[in-house]
Amino acid sequence: MSISFAVIAIGVLALIFGLILGYASIRFKVESDPLVEQIDDVLPQTQCGQCGYPGCRPYAEAIANGDEINKCPPGGESTIKKLADLMGVEPKPLDGAHGEEDVKKVAYIREDECIGCTKCIQACPVDAILGAAKHMHTVLTDECTGCDLCVDPCPVDCIDMVPLVQTTSTWKWDFSVTPKGDIPIKMVS
Amino acid sequence: MTFPSFEKIIDTLDAGKQFSFPGGVHPDDKKSLSNVSPIKTPSLPQLITLPLRQHVGSEGACCVNVGDYVYKGQVLSQATTPYSVPIHAPTSGEVVAIAPHVVAHPSGLTEMCVTIKPDGKDTWGVLTSMQDYTAHSKDSIIDAICQAGISGMGGAGFPTHIKASGSKPVEFLILNGIECEPYITSDDRLMREFAWQIRQGLDILDFLIAPKAIIIAVEDNKPEALKALDIACQDKEKYRRVSVETKYPAGGEKQLIQVLTNREVPRNGLPIDVGVLMFNVGTCYAIADAILNGKPLIERIVTVTGEAVDEPCNFKALLGTPVRHLLKEAKYNASKQDAPKVIMGGPMMGFTLADASIPVVKTTNCLLVPSASELTDGDNERACIRCSACADACPASLLPQQLFWHAKANEYDKAEDYNLFDCIECGACTYVCPSEIPLVHYYRQAKSEIRLQRDEKNKAEKAKQRFEARNARLEQEKRDREEKHRKAKEARLAAANGVNNTSTTASTDSGTKDKVAAALARAKAKKAALNATPDVSRSDTTGAANVPPDAKDSAIQGSSDTPANDKKAQVAAAIARAKAKKAASADANQTATTQPLPATSSSTDERRDDIEDEKKAKVAAAIARAKAKKAAAANDDTPQKPQPDASESSEVSEDKKARIAAAVAKAKAKKAAQHNTADENNAKDSSESQNTASDKDAQKQARIAAAVAKAKAKKQQRDVAAPQDSEELQRQAPDNTNPQDEKTARIAAAVAKAKAKKALQQKSDQS
Repeated sequence: MSISFAVIAIGVLALIFGLILGYASIRFKVESDPLVEQIDDVLPQTQCGQCGYPGCRPYAEAIANGDEINKCPPGGESTIKKLADLMGVEPKPLDGAHGEEDVKKVAYIREDECIGCTKCIQACPVDAILGAAKHMHTVLTDECTGCDLCVDPCPVDCIDMVPLVQTTSTWKWDFSVTPKGDIPIKMVS
Repeated sequence: MTFPSFEKIIDTLDAGKQFSFPGGVHPDDKKSLSNVSPIKTPSLPQLITLPLRQHVGSEGACCVNVGDYVYKGQVLSQATTPYSVPIHAPTSGEVVAIAPHVVAHPSGLTEMCVTIKPDGKDTWGVLTSMQDYTAHSKDSIIDAICQAGISGMGGAGFPTHIKASGSKPVEFLILNGIECEPYITSDDRLMREFAWQIRQGLDILDFLIAPKAIIIAVEDNKPEALKALDIACQDKEKYRRVSVETKYPAGGEKQLIQVLTNREVPRNGLPIDVGVLMFNVGTCYAIADAILNGKPLIERIVTVTGEAVDEPCNFKALLGTPVRHLLKEAKYNASKQDAPKVIMGGPMMGFTLADASIPVVKTTNCLLVPSASELTDGDNERACIRCSACADACPASLLPQQLFWHAKANEYDKAEDYNLFDCIECGACTYVCPSEIPLVHYYRQAKSEIRLQRDEKNKAEKAKQRFEARNARLEQEKRDREEKHRKAKEARLAAANGVNNTSTTASTDSGTKDKVAAALARAKAKKAALNATPDVSRSDTTGAANVPPDAKDSAIQGSSDTPANDKKAQVAAAIARAKAKKAASADANQTATTQPLPATSSSTDERRDDIEDEKKAKVAAAIARAKAKKAAAANDDTPQKPQPDASESSEVSEDKKARIAAAVAKAKAKKAAQHNTADENNAKDSSESQNTASDKDAQKQARIAAAVAKAKAKKQQRDVAAPQDSEELQRQAPDNTNPQDEKTARIAAAVAKAKAKKALQQKSDQS
């Protein structure tokens, strides 16, 4: 008799806990691996594929699964450092096999040479090229990530990668270029 | 957040007491260099260069062209966003350039500028003033302020109309006449000489904003200015004049609010959040000028001072006047400087100019030309000794040396944790530093770096979203395409089954015809698939990823199916055509009888079999047939095609198949003919009227047409890839018509037909 009480009591408890756990698993469901999100946030989102993966997110997933962190040339040293901090590993120099760190560039279509083949449009990972078949194409400079992917498909080689022009809004103080004395703060008193 | 109540603040002010802000320094003000002589008007410069952007916010769109003649006060750029203000021509003359020019920025980079060559006449354009501004709506006054191009003239350059058009209640309207930075006397001289205009501007602001109290704050080292304002405002009790204790940086917006009201502006907040609005005296003067005289903001008071100019004074300079010109007016003495060095702004917060052709802009209050011994170079930075003098001097209660460590080590996130962005860059910490560390320099660098990183982060986020959106779209298109392929396949299978069923049930000697029908059904299904595929000219990967497989698909199927059936099919088609002709003539007679006949006694299974292939064939075939019959009889049996009678089912179904086959063959031939005419080689209407006359003739023509079409299609294709191939192709094309290689020709023709179809498809898509 007392055995059956114990069994019933445990059974009821198990049922209650089961319900709570079942509810919690729905209510507090984690959509995806948060680590991938964090890595993805660190990556520069150029979607260039120089790491060997088709975009930044696949590379983020690969890093989360143990791939090397030094395969991202557009991110460069700073990205590697951030990834190393995030993953808790030692920073490594950039893997030269995937390319060198370069200044930021954007694609530029020499418009009079464009034949309107739409090949670059298909290659652009962020839809930053505008145009239609047999019409001139052009690059939305603001959206271009400088990934280089449109250069190769062009049959007439009319796409250049030009370094981004510095403007007053993108300028930053550089002590090596602007000597500190150029800011005349210190007065002789 | 609690802050002192309005009444308490008024009581304190009435008692002649003030609050204070933490820190602050007392540098030698050196104002007597330039504040003793009255404001001068410089001569007209040779060229006037106006940056399109002279304020915080975005630049307006230029609305003049090179070569245009502009009058004084004419608008040169239109505000495109609420945060932009227009610029105006400071004098009459010709626009000689609209091009990038070095602007007043520490980087020495260029921005878009309008360059005007003055004609010396100074002819005003049309001015519309609002003398009776109280009769106007507040919105129209604010709009007039915006159109006059007024932005804050104290230094930050915040568009004034934005500030004045807030909807929050304002307790204190503060007129900032502090001018706490050493050397600068432009506001001082303005208050002394134009106190009445400043008061008029204040009247306008009072009308616009209707604050509970108005405070005019002047530092106690400018008694003449305060006296002038006292006289100007003596009839208005509401305009409370306050003499503020001299301490740098009391003129900072947040600091002055703290001094007068003891309220602290929250971080990331605006003064309006604590019920305060503050305007510079220069802005106030400009508002009066704009509303009462209709004059836009085209000039401002600029102090040219320093020991390297022989006649330091204030100039009422036109905006766009090159710095060089003003230096010349003030008798710049180059021998007193080791190297030419001009500072825009004061010694604490200004920056060294890169070029003497940089123009005066709306925020330029001072040009400081120090002699060699006047300012240090700042290159003798020594190690921080942790004396914490900087922390004592900081008016924002920050920890400058912590910020310095982190900024120097590029640990920007930690610098942000120490509230780097609350730094007002006043330079007090640098001023007191015994190690002569240019602390503010490090903060500025760190700030610009962080801002850039934020921008990049935003950009990366945007790129990510676009990438993901694109991937989702491609995925969706792939699914759609597969769905279409699947449907097409089902249709094909259904058609084939239907034909098989008919052949067994009909059980006649129509084997060859069945094959023709099956081939036709396949062709139709393919065509349907082609029709269903999305526009080729769409500017994304659908084009490439989508069409080529289709084309390949059809080409493969066409070549594999057709050669096998080709011979038989062609014979069958020939017979079919002959029959069709017969049928057509018979039909002309028949229609009278068949058309009105409803499908009353048709056997259901026969019907089902027929329906399978008929339904698909019917619509297309009907149109072709209608044309064929038009010659024989001008009637239409297409809309309601009668079901075959049970009694003559096999006969009729055969007949029908033949007719369908013939119609489709005709349609194809016609299509080929259309290609021909488009090709302008063969204008002969091949099939429509003549295929009935002689089968061979029609076939040949169809083949020629197909071959030409094929050549053309190939040429189009090869033109892009390898132009030299086209010659070879053209040589091949006539070969195809050679009766000797009929078999190969037929195969080629079949392929060509498929290709021509595709070409036609593409053409129609593109058009």
